[in-house]
Amino acid sequence: MEDPYQVIHDTTFRLLKKAATVLPKDIQEALKAAHERETNETAKTQLSAILTNIEIAKSGIPMCQDTGIMIFYVKVGDKFPFIGEIKHALTEATRKATVEVPLRPNAVNPIVGGNSGDNTGVKIPWINWEIVEGDSLEITAFPKGGGSENVCIVGMLKPGVGLTGVKKLVVDNAMNYMGKACAPNIIGVGIGGGSDIAIKIAKQQLMRPLSDKHPEPEVAKIEEEIMEAINTTGIGPMGLGGDTTVLGVKVDYAMRHPASLPVGVAVQCWAARQSKAIISKDLKVTYVTHPLEGN
Amino acid sequence: MVEYHLTTPISEENARKLKIGDIVYVSGEHVYTARDEAHERALHMFDKGEKPPVDFEGSVVYHVGPVAWQKNGKWEIVSAGPTTSIRMELFEDDFLRKYKARILVGKGGMGPKTLAALKEVGAVYTSYTGGCGALAAKGLKEVRAYLWDDLGMPEALWVITAEEFGPLLVTMDSHGNSMHDDMDEKVAARKAEVYSKIGVKE
Repeated sequence: MEDPYQVIHDTTFRLLKKAATVLPKDIQEALKAAHERETNETAKTQLSAILTNIEIAKSGIPMCQDTGIMIFYVKVGDKFPFIGEIKHALTEATRKATVEVPLRPNAVNPIVGGNSGDNTGVKIPWINWEIVEGDSLEITAFPKGGGSENVCIVGMLKPGVGLTGVKKLVVDNAMNYMGKACAPNIIGVGIGGGSDIAIKIAKQQLMRPLSDKHPEPEVAKIEEEIMEAINTTGIGPMGLGGDTTVLGVKVDYAMRHPASLPVGVAVQCWAARQSKAIISKDLKVTYVTHPLEGN
Repeated sequence: MVEYHLTTPISEENARKLKIGDIVYVSGEHVYTARDEAHERALHMFDKGEKPPVDFEGSVVYHVGPVAWQKNGKWEIVSAGPTTSIRMELFEDDFLRKYKARILVGKGGMGPKTLAALKEVGAVYTSYTGGCGALAAKGLKEVRAYLWDDLGMPEALWVITAEEFGPLLVTMDSHGNSMHDDMDEKVAARKAEVYSKIGVKE
C-alpha cells in the first residue's frame, strides 16, 4: 500500500496548485456571462481583462499575485484510518507549493514582525476540522486574499432591527468598500449563533456553488434580495461602474441568543479560489473541483 | 475615450494630455514597483539629501507586491496584479512633488491629497484590473534589478522593462478629475433605490 502521509501530501500540493491557477468552472462561467451582459464600457474592459487573465493563469501561473493566506477545510470520517498524518501533510504541502507553484510568502508574525517565507507559522495553515460519519477524508484548499478579507465584518445588531437590519448591514458594507475587494464579489452571510459563529458560517457560504440556493425559501429570498440590492448600486467590476457587483450572495444561520443578533459578512474577490479532493480509506483520490482529465 | 501607447520616460506634457476614461499601454525601462515601505525609504533619502538608486522622474510607479522567482540566475515576474493604493495616500503627494513620477498604477483609487498633487505636478493615477496578476506579468517583460530586497519580495523596489503593459485605465487625471469620486456620487444617488429592494426607508 502507498504511504498515507505521502498521498495526503501530494493530493494537497495539487489542490494548492490548482486553487492558485484554475478557477472553479461555475465562477469562470459566471464571469463570462457577466462580460456578455454588461453594457457599461469600463465594466466590459475590466471583465475582459479578468477573462484573459484566467486563460493565461491556466498554464500554471498564479492568477493573482496575492496567493492568499493558507486555510483548509477538512472533513474527516470517524473511521478514516490516517487522522494523525493530516496536519503535518497539509503543512509540508504548503511549504512545497510556496516554492514550486510558486506562491507569495504571506505569513507574517504580527507580534515580532517578519515573514516566515514559506506560508507556514503560528496557527498557519489554519485548519477547520469537522468530524463526520464515514471512512474517507475531504480536503478543501481555500487560500484567501487580503484585499477582500479586509472588508469582512461582524455586526452585533440589536434583535429589534430584525432581518431588515441584517440586510442593511450587508448592503451598507458593500456601499462602503465599493470596488476595493476586487468586485465582482461573492458575499457570505452568517446570522445568529454568536460573534465567532456568525463569521464562521459566513465564510463557509463562500464554498457553496454559485447556482446553489438555500433549501429554506425564507433564506433563499434573503439571498436574492441582497444580491439584487447590491447589483442595483452600480458599483460594478473593480468599483468602476457597471451592473455586476456581486456574482452571488449566500446566507445561512444558527439559532441566536434572545438578546443577540450577530451577523457575519464574509467577502470574496472574483478570484474565488478553492480546490477540493476526497481520499478514501484505501487511499484512492478523487479530485472534485479540478478533475484529473483536461486539467 | 482615447487609447495611448506611451514610452518612458513620460513628459509632463504627455501626462497632462491624459484624461479620466482614457486607456494607456506603457513600454520602456522606467517602470518601478513601490508599496508603503519603498515610498517611505525614497522620501527619507530625499530628506537626507541622498539619491535613490533609480531616477523616478518621468517614470511609471506601480503599487504591487509581485510573486517572482529566479530562473538560471535571473529574476522573473510570475504574477503581479495591483495592490490597494489608498494605503499610499499617506505619502504619495510628497513623493510626486519630490520625484515627479508621471503615471501611478494601482487599484481602488486614491484620495484628495494625491489628486491635488497630480494636478500640481502633471501626473495621472491609473487603475489596473485587480487580481489580474498573470496578465500583468506578460507586460512586465524583464527584471533589470531587484533593489531594496531587505524589505522583502512584496515591498522591494523592482526595476522593470515593460512592453505594452496595460490596459491602464486613467481614473484620476491632472485636471482635478477622479472617476472614483464620480463613482461615490453615483452610488450615493442610487441609495434610495438600493434600499427599496430590501425594505429600508431612509
